[in-house]
Amino acid sequence: MGLLDASFSKHNVVVTSVDNVLNWARLSSLWPMGFGLACCAIEMMATNASNYDLERFGIFPRSSPRQSDLMIVAGTVTMKMAERVVRLYEQMPEPRYVLSMGSCSNCGGPYWEHGYHVLKGVDRVIPVDVYVPGCPPRPESLIGGLMKIQELIRMEQIGLSRADALKKLADKSVDPQQAIERERRAVRA
Amino acid sequence: MSDMEKGRVLPQSVQQSAAAYEVVREAFGPAVSDFDANEFMPFFEVLETEKWQDIALFMRDHPKLKFNYMACLSGVDYPAEEKLGIVCNLESLGVLGHRIAVKVKCARNGGSIPTASYVWHTANWHEREAFDMFGMQFTGHPDPRRILCPEDWEGFPLRKDYAVQESYHGIKVPY
Repeated sequence: MGLLDASFSKHNVVVTSVDNVLNWARLSSLWPMGFGLACCAIEMMATNASNYDLERFGIFPRSSPRQSDLMIVAGTVTMKMAERVVRLYEQMPEPRYVLSMGSCSNCGGPYWEHGYHVLKGVDRVIPVDVYVPGCPPRPESLIGGLMKIQELIRMEQIGLSRADALKKLADKSVDPQQAIERERRAVRA
Repeated sequence: MSDMEKGRVLPQSVQQSAAAYEVVREAFGPAVSDFDANEFMPFFEVLETEKWQDIALFMRDHPKLKFNYMACLSGVDYPAEEKLGIVCNLESLGVLGHRIAVKVKCARNGGSIPTASYVWHTANWHEREAFDMFGMQFTGHPDPRRILCPEDWEGFPLRKDYAVQESYHGIKVPY
């Protein structure tokens, strides 16, 4: 669990690993780039606003790619925009994360067949860490995706590649259905 | 008014459009087609494409017409006729209140239509869009570039026989 759950000693000393501290710091202040491409952006803004309040996760949109470590691709990526998205991605300092929000940026969405102008999935131009399905996804889904990014950061270690971290995350995945059933049983009991 | 059924009373808006059409017919004779008196968007066609600019100017300035507002200009593809065309929705906004649509056609390959962008400034970007999507030229247009697609896009996407290009700047385009 998080660093704050570790107990403090009498001398206000806490013992942990460097990895833990770095990961905790980074996952607690994910700064996404403040840009949206289509209707998903409206849902992303709603998630940022007071009802869902992303700031409680330390997530706060930045106006420059150079200050951001997360890119939320919120909306339809057109062929014209694809090259701009790549440029923005390249301007972000590493380590950087990409969350693909909604069907359009996942796979082309409703434009998959006849949308000559739409990139059929932003993963054709930049590597994506987390895909959030939906058209558009509700704020709850987006928050779910952002928490997945946080889990991914938690998996990271010095000297561990992103691919390994993603694999570690996949190995540790929990079947949500079981958790839901468990909760339901607890309520009934 | 060949399409009009005998004994059918046309709605007042269509009667107004028909009256406006008669003024154009009187001035340009065989350069314009018969009037189509449908209730949704009464229209006529410009048969002599090169006269379109004169007709447009006439329709804007004639005291009985005063079509001061171009509401829309759309491109159309007619593959069966080997033609491309535009449909202009014109209104006399706040003056006479009537409206009419005008169709202009040109050859499908290498065809051109005189620009109306000096008559109604609205036509400037609308004609660029029609060119972008269908590929007809607008002669005399002040800025004949694509407006939505990238400059180096291949083909005209709204043509009926359009096939998307395989890749764009090294990115695969089809699904």
